[in-house]
Amino acid sequence: MLKISNLHVAIDDKEILKGVDLEIGPGELHAIMGPNGSGKSTLGYALAGREGYDITAGSVEFEGEDLAEMEPEERAAAGLFLAFQYPVEIPGVNNAYFLRAALNAQRKARGEEEIDSMNFLKAVRESLKSLKMDEALLKRAVNEGFSGGEKKRNEIVQMAVLQPKLAVLDETDSGLDIDALKLVAEGINAQRDGKRSFLVITHYQRLLDYLTPDRVHVLSDGRVVESGGEELAERLEAEGYAFLEEGSEA
Amino acid sequence: MNQTAQQVEQVIQQRYKAGFYTDIDSDRIRAGLDEEIVAMISAKKNEPEWLLEWRLKAFHHWQTMVGPNWAHLNLPPIDFQNIHYYAAPKQKDRPKSLDEVDPKLLETFDKLGVPLHERARLAGVAVDAVFDSVSVGTTFQKELKEAGVIFCSFSEAVQDHPDLVREYLGSVVPYTDNYFAALNSAVFSDGSFVYIPKDTRCPMELSTYFRINARDTGQFERTLIVAEPGSHVSYLEGCTAPMRDENQLHAAVVELVALEKAQIKYSTVQNWYPGDENGKGGIYNFVTKRGDCREDDSRISWTQVETGSAITWKYPSCVLRGDRSAGEFYSVALTHNHQQADTGTKMIHLGKNTTSKVISKGISAGKSNNSYRGLVRMAKRAHDARNYTQCDSLLIGKTCGAHTFPYIESANASAKIEHEATTSRIGEDQLFYCRSRGLDEEDAVAMIVDGFCKEVFKELPMEFAVEAKALLEISLEGAVG
Repeated sequence: MLKISNLHVAIDDKEILKGVDLEIGPGELHAIMGPNGSGKSTLGYALAGREGYDITAGSVEFEGEDLAEMEPEERAAAGLFLAFQYPVEIPGVNNAYFLRAALNAQRKARGEEEIDSMNFLKAVRESLKSLKMDEALLKRAVNEGFSGGEKKRNEIVQMAVLQPKLAVLDETDSGLDIDALKLVAEGINAQRDGKRSFLVITHYQRLLDYLTPDRVHVLSDGRVVESGGEELAERLEAEGYAFLEEGSEA
Repeated sequence: MNQTAQQVEQVIQQRYKAGFYTDIDSDRIRAGLDEEIVAMISAKKNEPEWLLEWRLKAFHHWQTMVGPNWAHLNLPPIDFQNIHYYAAPKQKDRPKSLDEVDPKLLETFDKLGVPLHERARLAGVAVDAVFDSVSVGTTFQKELKEAGVIFCSFSEAVQDHPDLVREYLGSVVPYTDNYFAALNSAVFSDGSFVYIPKDTRCPMELSTYFRINARDTGQFERTLIVAEPGSHVSYLEGCTAPMRDENQLHAAVVELVALEKAQIKYSTVQNWYPGDENGKGGIYNFVTKRGDCREDDSRISWTQVETGSAITWKYPSCVLRGDRSAGEFYSVALTHNHQQADTGTKMIHLGKNTTSKVISKGISAGKSNNSYRGLVRMAKRAHDARNYTQCDSLLIGKTCGAHTFPYIESANASAKIEHEATTSRIGEDQLFYCRSRGLDEEDAVAMIVDGFCKEVFKELPMEFAVEAKALLEISLEGAVG
């Protein structure tokens, strides 16, 4: 599904990612943890194709395609989704209209037919319900006046409707209370069908308690310094990132 | 990729769809401006003596004036002697019905999406079509007549309803008002006239479509709308012109009179040719629009979507004379490439408890300059008058400018005036957010701009809101990247 090899990413000539290797297979859920400033969000943005995040060396393959060659909207149409750490407000643009336009743009790019409004509304209503979000949100402007938690849940609604092959979730858990966290985790688990893959970027283990990741990676200073199973997240929770200092370059 | 190339080609083709020219014999008065020209125009229209005198007074007054230079515009000098002030498609006689109108003219309006013939007419919208200096026809005459509504070309009104014209002409915008109003008063050739009788709700939307066709010709139309007590009317105007390298002048005057409890809603979708991407050609749009809420509890609302013209200079205004009268101004002004716009409104509060609301959205792209200029004046006797002004600017790219010039004058301490202004740039983060969801850059910009203009679009009648939205999208092609 996703193959990252020796990825170097620079912002304004400052190297942030210094050789990341990561491989995610179909149906797998991987977690990336790491201290502030380790390059976690940079990885998310670089995968989604944000301008200014320059790949200076290495490669990223998504289903065999070179991501670096694709525009952000082409990556979206190919099935890549980024849930933003800070979802953006678009005043005056109706939430439902935005999501439907996005879905149809993707379908059009893939040569599929546009979705009709009945089926679209049905899909959105279901995901809103599962995330315990008020339907009135559909009529409001995209993320405008949403609480922090509503914005994060709205990202999961978008994911559920767009049905990406690979979803990168950038600190979707931060700022959520425990009930909202559970809803978000359920939203993610509901999408796990053995084919879709997930890359969950997080600070804390608590989201992973509900997600059972296949692999956990620790990012530090632009490199993956440790990879393991679920037990790695538990160890980080217990010991903090301090043990990284002990010089394990593995 | 081939498909993409085709799409780009389509976009370029459709950028200014109205830019074609109709090859038609034209009856044109020689270029230049003097008393004889004024008299010739008046004679062409078989006007009564009083109107010729009024024109000549306006002309003599204009000769004493100098052009305005206070606007935030870079305006090259205009050679008024080099303009034809009257050009009309040749017709044998004044056509008695639309069946007698030259098919070429009907075809032109068809192409512009304003079909005049019976079977294709816009449902529920009566259209007066003005081609260069004359009106070529007005639809739904019979239906309107039954309701007692008069909707006809200005020239017809002068012939058929001279007393009404004489009573109201120049009563809102006197010929002494400003340079271009004086010019218009001297040489105006046609326009629309609307009269809504007492307690009548006009049964359909009224609209005028202005088309400049002939070369080196100015268009100087005059619109007069009179709403008797308790009446209600919604009026729309649209405008286009062929693409030419020379600038052409359009200097119109619009006068609205709302009597007791009357309501007038006036909407404009202005798409004059804006010039090419290097700023060559385009229309100079210098227009005086003013509404007079002459009696108590009347209401006048202006909505404008301005995407065209090389230079726009206009301030649709309301004089709130009657107590509790209300004025509104909703505006979207978009400038791209080298376009310049200095536009806004004047709300003159004279009566007690008068209210006004101003929502202005300026969008600048390319190397364009977009200024909002607005005056709110509270007269001494305007007790408890209120104004709310919101003025937002959106910048696309880094080479355009947005400016706000609010003027506030209050002579009454009980008056309340609120002014809010914001300027923002289309955020890289907004664009990236949209694109990461699958929208391409142009669609993303169109969507963000549409959201920005929402408050104004919702004031437009449905089908015109759709047209306005499409127009903005076309005008913004190539604004990013």
